[in-house]
Amino acid sequence: MAQGVTTTPERAIETAKINVRGVNMVFKRDGNEVNVLENISLQARKGEFVCILGPSGCGKSTLLNIAGGFLKATSGSITIDGEVVNGPDPRRIFVFQERGVFPWMTVEGNIGFGLFKLSAEERRKRIAYYVKLVGLQGFEQAYPQELSGGMKQRVEVARALAVNPDVLYLDEPFGALDSITRLIMRSELLRIWEAERKTILFVTHDIEESVQLADRVIVMSARPATIRRIVEIDIPHPRDISSPRYLELRDSIFEEIGLAHKV
Amino acid sequence: MKRWESYFWPLLALGIVLILWRQGVVYSGTKVFPSPFDVQRGLAELIRKGLLWGYIGDSLFRVGVGYALAIVLGIPAGIILGWYPKAATAFNPVIQLMRPISPLAWIPLSIVWFGVSNLAAIFLIFMASFFPVVVATMNGVHNVPPMMRNAGINFGLSPADLFRRVIFPAALPQVLVGLRIALGISWLVVVAAEMIAVDSGLGYLIIDSRNAGKRYDLVVAGMLLIGVIGLCLDLSIRRVELLKSVRWGFRNE
Repeated sequence: MAQGVTTTPERAIETAKINVRGVNMVFKRDGNEVNVLENISLQARKGEFVCILGPSGCGKSTLLNIAGGFLKATSGSITIDGEVVNGPDPRRIFVFQERGVFPWMTVEGNIGFGLFKLSAEERRKRIAYYVKLVGLQGFEQAYPQELSGGMKQRVEVARALAVNPDVLYLDEPFGALDSITRLIMRSELLRIWEAERKTILFVTHDIEESVQLADRVIVMSARPATIRRIVEIDIPHPRDISSPRYLELRDSIFEEIGLAHKV
Repeated sequence: MKRWESYFWPLLALGIVLILWRQGVVYSGTKVFPSPFDVQRGLAELIRKGLLWGYIGDSLFRVGVGYALAIVLGIPAGIILGWYPKAATAFNPVIQLMRPISPLAWIPLSIVWFGVSNLAAIFLIFMASFFPVVVATMNGVHNVPPMMRNAGINFGLSPADLFRRVIFPAALPQVLVGLRIALGISWLVVVAAEMIAVDSGLGYLIIDSRNAGKRYDLVVAGMLLIGVIGLCLDLSIRRVELLKSVRWGFRNE
């Protein structure tokens, strides 16, 4: 990859694109109140890649669902470009694990799913562009059940990008993939992000994944989730994952979460 | 298994069954149960008299109309029940109560309401196939993964488009299972209905051949015809399950 497309957080700075202010979330279950999110505040700049890292079940997906407009916070607010999030919106697309692709549609049908307002000609062009961007040429007419997990995930990312959103929410998108495919998908995602410059909120419980991908890692505690620390990953892409700085940042997060990194 | 084997073994088994059947009739010296040749002659006689195609047509017509009515009314009803949880809560006890009632239990009422007529048989088939269609559609719509629903909403679909482009196609495999079950039941029920409520069709052929002259060759011929046509109906509805847009919902890949 050319040096010209490397990123440092400083270069991505403009204004706060996403502003999460004092979000609390309390679920009521069987008459009990379960405190899931406690006073979460964070910002993401335009074009920034932010990872939300935390143990399984800590509420990070809940936070992402609130940001996506699928859930309403008990208190606090999320604004995007100063506008309060009040529900799902095609300007910000939520990418699930690969199970979110529509199995009754071809790859083309899936990628073109959100393009119903465009003319047929425009739609065809966009589909072709994103098929190419995610490397699925030759599979346009294939159905999801004929694809591998990684390819389905590409379809879902392409479907999201095709509607040209400002923000992508990715909820453990590679969690169901095998470890080799996961590594490939990470570099693919970075390549696409560098081409399209969307603001990304990426939820993961994988420390390595967060340090490889993000400009900043928001480290969360177990439930009720609070923000423990925000780590700037000041390593340009492509990242050398055996460089001292990478290991230093990774280990500091391991320590923050209270894990010894010896197996 | 080689290609020819998938035809050879079933044909061999069929041949063995026919031979056992014939020998069984010969050795037992039964005067009641017909041999395969008697059945074949009986079938030829039905064709010669011009009854066969009429009876088949009548049975298929009744199933076709009753089943079509069940689809036309059952799918929308199932969609509403699947879409509005409160409607499902309200109507589910009634549906669950009606479901275990054999469609044949409706025979007396159907004759009171419709007389000995096509309508009576059609009504019975409708009652037999309506509930499987409703329940399958209701469950199909209800079980659409929230993830898919949310994805559709996220792309800004109107409620009508969300239904047309996400909910219905996602529910379709389960709806098809219901349609297949309903068709099978309809074909079972038409035979019983025709024995009582009308005077034509394959069910009538069986009961009439027995009552008017103990023609057991025609009884067995009618039974075999019912089997063959039922098999054809099932095979044709299974072909729909092979369409790629619904295939994902069926496990036998």
